[in-house]
Amino acid sequence: MFSQGYVRVMEIDLHEGRCRIHKREDLLENIGGSGLAAALYGEYGQPGEDAFAPEQPLIIAIGPLTGLFPLMSKAVLGFKSPYSGHYAETHAGGRLALAMRYANLDALVIKGEASHPVCLLLGEREFAVREGRHLWGMDTTMTARIIRSSEERGRGRRSILRIGPAGENLVKYACINVDTFRHFGRLGAGAVMGKKKLKAITILGEGSFSLPHGDYKKVYKKIYRKITTSGAMKKYHDLGTPVNILILNGLKALPTRNLSSTSFTGADSISGEYFAEKLLLRQIACSSCPVGCIHIGLLREKFAPEHEYYYRQVSYDHEPIFAMGSMLGVSLGEKVISLIDEAEKHGLDVISAGVALAWATEAYQKGLIGEKETLVPLAFGEAGSYRQALACLSGRVNDFYRLLGEGTLAAAARYGGSEFACTLGQEMAGYATGPAFFVSQAMGFRCSHLDTAGYQLDQEFDPCSVERALSYLLKEEKQRFILTSMVACLFARNIYTTEMLSEALEAAGLPHLALELETRAAALVKRRWQVKKSTGFDPLKVTIPPRFYQVETIRGKVNGEFIDALLKAYAGAIAAL
Amino acid sequence: MPKILRAIAMERCIGCYSCMLGCARLVHNSLSLIRSGIHVRSLGGLTAGFEARYCLACRPAFCALACPTGAFVQREGGGVCYRERLCIRCGHCARACPVNVILVDEETGFPVVCLQCGSCVNFCPHGCLAMVDAPSKEQPGTAGTAGEPDIKQR
Repeated sequence: MFSQGYVRVMEIDLHEGRCRIHKREDLLENIGGSGLAAALYGEYGQPGEDAFAPEQPLIIAIGPLTGLFPLMSKAVLGFKSPYSGHYAETHAGGRLALAMRYANLDALVIKGEASHPVCLLLGEREFAVREGRHLWGMDTTMTARIIRSSEERGRGRRSILRIGPAGENLVKYACINVDTFRHFGRLGAGAVMGKKKLKAITILGEGSFSLPHGDYKKVYKKIYRKITTSGAMKKYHDLGTPVNILILNGLKALPTRNLSSTSFTGADSISGEYFAEKLLLRQIACSSCPVGCIHIGLLREKFAPEHEYYYRQVSYDHEPIFAMGSMLGVSLGEKVISLIDEAEKHGLDVISAGVALAWATEAYQKGLIGEKETLVPLAFGEAGSYRQALACLSGRVNDFYRLLGEGTLAAAARYGGSEFACTLGQEMAGYATGPAFFVSQAMGFRCSHLDTAGYQLDQEFDPCSVERALSYLLKEEKQRFILTSMVACLFARNIYTTEMLSEALEAAGLPHLALELETRAAALVKRRWQVKKSTGFDPLKVTIPPRFYQVETIRGKVNGEFIDALLKAYAGAIAAL
Repeated sequence: MPKILRAIAMERCIGCYSCMLGCARLVHNSLSLIRSGIHVRSLGGLTAGFEARYCLACRPAFCALACPTGAFVQREGGGVCYRERLCIRCGHCARACPVNVILVDEETGFPVVCLQCGSCVNFCPHGCLAMVDAPSKEQPGTAGTAGEPDIKQR
């Protein structure tokens, strides 16, 4: 535990079926989360080996404030992505971070490959490799049901991670489902778990620890009050992230029909407002977050001619809605939620799967591929076909879907159509806001809008120089790195200001870290880029596909020269580190 | 009039665990989820909603009846006062609890018990919990019928 002067790492070898605990004082300098995961990859990773090599580690790290303060609710997974071949991060909430804290596991390093499908059961006083063959092939929902019913311990204080068939089949954007409604998404962490034949991980958060001395209780109450009374977090609970659908549509920045457009005529009936009125069942929260941004919608479908219905609960957010909605031309919330549910069960990353199918639809329209490849006729707006296509993608049923499961560009290399591939390091996130977003997603560790705040800079509508844009991206990247090293939810970025973080770190018994935070973060940001570069990433070789240069936002057509100049400047800055 | 804890609107629960985290820290001085007088958990997967398991403030308090040392004493209105210095860690209290909410700490052997202090209520962001008037001796069984509180401003 960080505040007790060391980082407790559980190193798991799936080949041997054993674990080893390391108490490491020297790792404290890496802060935690993003910083710690990169340091551990530097130590345990095999940067020159294939992402699927047995010894490649999956590293999950929490931070020095996890479990100590509200909204310090995320865990960071660092790994070599089978999609990009580079070091990558993915973050998840749910019950995981607190379960790890109370299991006294600051970081997990999972390496090796099991000889047959297995599950892990971890806790403060527990390590077991359990049978997984009976779960192999099962969807993410059924897998968790069986695990829950076969293990009573830790109810309410445990976290269950699992993969679906997509991960088992090594789809390169298979995700890891965390506690049903959250994910280690994007870039294929689920496929790495599948390669290791690791179907599921259960973590029991049953331990208890003494409180830090001094002002801890006072600061805890102060931060809790600030979060629950300031009003700053209201929007995340109210409509949640899907509030962005209409905002982005109004700015002509909502990726639509494979980004052939940036506004969607069907936006109203896939909007956050529509979901809240028609489909919202309730909101739930990650452990220790009093906000509750996880929106659960109702999927109700008829399964027989009489009045026979089944219903399921599906979490929705802006990005799954964009990916299964506007990007595929699907204009009804009910259909969108059914597609999200389908992708979830298979354990596919919803965003990547939607964007890949959007490309496939345009390729189909243009005659580059036909029904021989797609098996179902793909057409924008046809949710039924997409539902079947998602199953084909997860099952990798033929050459076409096998290639599409490697990524849009892999399929385009074979069939043509790279000029309309919407990839920026991986399939695009749901923000066609302009150059700063395009450049930042293409470079980052999560290859999403989250590494730095390009999408915000684009939306400020303040024409700025390349120099200013670059300094904005670098500053924001560092600030976000600090937060994701704690590990805070980024929705709390306006609560956890530099001053508030200092106060929290002092109260947690880490006054030195509070003092050195800025300087240490600067060094660690550099180190994290070096780790990515060690896996073969060359920022100077990053390109942005032609489709992005044709984007028109409310400000008019994007400035291609500005994209190129900012890409060059950002790549240069990273290359120099 | 003495107050007792009631989970009056668990349908509103978002599962944030702030009540448990608050109780463990501020009442039981523990950085944990487990050393709490109240336990929230899903009803079998997060799709099923949440339940709160907590001290029902029994009168008579069966834990106090079972306690052989006087560490547990019946509290006016229901529930108990607990004095650790009198406790010999026999665990009879936990076995006597009809709703299984007294946890015996595996490390220390001492029970973790709800003191009906209401700290958890102050940490609930959704008005799921409330301190309500204890039922009078003449009218038992009316606890928990207090009007629903407003959801606090977020």
